[in-house]
Amino acid sequence: MTYALSFLAGLGALTLSLLAALGRITLFTLETISHFFRPPFYFKEFGHAVLNIGYFSLPVVGLTTIFTGGALALQIYAGGARFNAEAVVPQIVAIGIVRELGPVLVGLMIAARVTSSIAAEIATMKVTEQIDALVTLSTNPMKYLTAPRVLAALIVVPFLVAVGDIIGIMGGWLLATQTLDFNSATYLRNTADFLEASDIVSSLVKGSVFGGIAALMGCYFGMNSGRGAQGVGRATKGSVEAAAVLILAANFVLTGIFFAS
Amino acid sequence: MIRMEQVKKSFGSNHVLQGVDLHIPKAESMVIIGGSGTGKSVALKCILGLVRPDSGRIMVDGQDAKTAERDAFLARFGMLFQGAALFDSLSVWQNVAFRLLRGSLKRPKDEAREIAIEKLRRVGLKADVADRYPAELSGGMQKRVGLARAIAADPEIIFFDEPTTGLDPIMAGVINDLIREIVVEMGATAMTITHDMSSVRAIADKVAMLHDGVIQWTGPVGDLDASGDPYVAQFISGSPDGPIEAVR
Ligand SMILES: Nc1ncnc2c1ncn2[C@@H]1O[C@H](COP(=O)(O)OP(=O)(O)OP(=O)(O)O)[C@@H](O)[C@H]1O
Ligand SMILES: [Mg+2]
Repeated sequence: MTYALSFLAGLGALTLSLLAALGRITLFTLETISHFFRPPFYFKEFGHAVLNIGYFSLPVVGLTTIFTGGALALQIYAGGARFNAEAVVPQIVAIGIVRELGPVLVGLMIAARVTSSIAAEIATMKVTEQIDALVTLSTNPMKYLTAPRVLAALIVVPFLVAVGDIIGIMGGWLLATQTLDFNSATYLRNTADFLEASDIVSSLVKGSVFGGIAALMGCYFGMNSGRGAQGVGRATKGSVEAAAVLILAANFVLTGIFFAS
Repeated sequence: MIRMEQVKKSFGSNHVLQGVDLHIPKAESMVIIGGSGTGKSVALKCILGLVRPDSGRIMVDGQDAKTAERDAFLARFGMLFQGAALFDSLSVWQNVAFRLLRGSLKRPKDEAREIAIEKLRRVGLKADVADRYPAELSGGMQKRVGLARAIAADPEIIFFDEPTTGLDPIMAGVINDLIREIVVEMGATAMTITHDMSSVRAIADKVAMLHDGVIQWTGPVGDLDASGDPYVAQFISGSPDGPIEAVR
């Protein structure tokens, strides 16, 4: 009986602390957004963030999506063969990559690559009093550190997703034409004919949202880091966990919004 | 100019400041002494609003620090952090000129760089460190870059958290003279934390001793040796025997 009670109490406390954290993250998000519209703007920081989040993520995005596209084509071929539907490979690869796997994989890779580095960088700045120093130098850390990174992610990650989508479809095409005897021109035509504008729009919107989540989590956990090396470690771990979970949850919600009807 | 009234701050069960009263008149140099971990750095951060006091009042120029317009308030201050707190993504000169490169004090890049190099010279660093990065400097050099950054925009009020720790005696002397000069020539108000008694005598107009969360003693630096306060006497002599516990 007492065990059950303490279990329930623990559950309640956990729920409360989760809700409180959600509230703090919401406030953090709103404050970040408000800085997009209020000068001063730090263009150089923004430029750095665009390079770091966008350009330098291209290799990892390309590699993840090309392998996944190939594997997907193989699976659909094998699965489709059970009821003589091998021919749908191009269509299903296109849908699977553009609607789901492209944005989700890119989002998760950004969480691994960008969220962690933002969190570790900002947490280290916090631990070594650099954030305090920024304040004493009349610079708002939210404006100087958080806003440029989040804005850059919102804008740049959709491009990464577009690149990922294309490379993922290419992965499927490569596998299908090289090992499964698909005709190259037919494969590409089937892909192009089948995709609708809404598929592509949903892909890019997901990319923007996932990018925003990834950068926000890095900044939030970094800014709220505990003291010492352990604090930095915890902040980094927490940021990647939160980013990954929130990206998958947002993916579920967005998929519902776009395709439920 | 700066007045702390009954300022209290606890971190959980660690009651660091338990009612600090302190007054620093304009253009005076106040030195805060006290054992390690007594809350000297926390006291400075309370004034700047980096740490929010649990209770008490902090007035700067008759204006409550809590309600003052943040940007204008902070623009009057310069602060050297105990750990230097240099931005490691920026070069040394960009650190020093940080304030001069953005915001209300923004000026052309060449000019900002020139000022930065001049400030670096004043803390005993040559122009060739200007383009290096903080991680490439020794601890004492980083400290001096932090000092140059604190004074770069010629602030009215300057806080120095242990400006001479980690410096050789000659360089410590140079820094002591510099702080004195800033107060005397520029009329700045300075608040310095130091453990180095020769620094205290070189820099201070007044001395305050923080112990057990309150200001134990405060007075002109000339009275330091004849303070009649057992805490101050023990601190100056560095003896393990006295009212301040030295756990061994
Ligand atoms: N952000 C914080 N969170 C929790 N505790 C803190 C924090 N900042 C300071 N403290 C605690 O407050 C106390 C005073 O710290 P402070 O850094 O002010 O000491 P100090 O007098 O400057 O010491 P030192 O001469 O060694 O620099 C310490 O016990 C420290 O652990
Ligand atoms: Mg200290």
